[in-house]
Amino acid sequence: MAAKLKFADVKVGEEIPNLVAQVSRPDFVRYAGASGDFVPLHYDQTFVEAAGRPTVFAQGMFTAGLLSHCLTDYVGAGQVRNFKVRFATIVWPGDTVTCRGKVTKKYESAGERLIEGDLEVVNQKGEVAVKSSFRAAAG
Amino acid sequence: MADKSLIGKSAKPFTMPIEWGKVREFARAIKDRNPVYFDPEVAKKECGAIPIPPTFLMASAFWQAPSAQDSGTGLELGLDTRRILHGEQEFEFYQPIFVGDVLTGVTRLADLYEKEGGRGGKMTFAVVETEYTNQKGEKVALARSVVIETGGAAKS
Repeated sequence: MAAKLKFADVKVGEEIPNLVAQVSRPDFVRYAGASGDFVPLHYDQTFVEAAGRPTVFAQGMFTAGLLSHCLTDYVGAGQVRNFKVRFATIVWPGDTVTCRGKVTKKYESAGERLIEGDLEVVNQKGEVAVKSSFRAAAG
Repeated sequence: MADKSLIGKSAKPFTMPIEWGKVREFARAIKDRNPVYFDPEVAKKECGAIPIPPTFLMASAFWQAPSAQDSGTGLELGLDTRRILHGEQEFEFYQPIFVGDVLTGVTRLADLYEKEGGRGGKMTFAVVETEYTNQKGEKVALARSVVIETGGAAKS
């Protein structure tokens, strides 16, 4: 898990091992505390109902954080050079999300060995919650 | 209403110390039990020091707002927080960031524009960039957020 990825071992088109997680309200509360994101849409039921939504839902950055965790399990912590996410579908309490991706490019630039790829988070219905891309160093 | 005259405006610089306790808490919150975040010996061996998760700098975004009513950018864009959605987020890393570093962040409004929304009327898009410099004066990271104010009550 923690070992760094070897550049020579990476194949373009290779899939990044999935990370699957069921998410729940306590996850959103924990993320609120850890990140300082206290936007009440993610934990305050009274507030969300007044805002016209059925229930609280995940912070986009919580879901993005899970995806970044999937990525660092593959490339190693501290290896990510660029990480970009675009939010699509909302993640609700009880959803099971799958983080996945693949390598699209490998190259050397300014003496650094780099890989690039696409990532996404999908829910149990196959709907895309987060679309993402990355660039990372590989040893 | 998008006030284009705000484009290019910077907020007051803010300080973000990279604290181990906060990094551990953040790693747990994203369900990451990688020992590099929890064991300084493992971190030293594998990374040189305790690194940060890729999205950890988000934890700074909420500490620069002057008031609870502000959207968190420190820029006071006049957007209605009840109708705000986070559309996109990007991080670019130029240099490693470790526990013990003290970063200075400067947030600026890179762009502000409106679009006709499909369901919710006119939508306002704000592109907000924060540049981070470490205690050695090195530019270490850039965070770019796209924040959307929807026209009406946001639908999923």
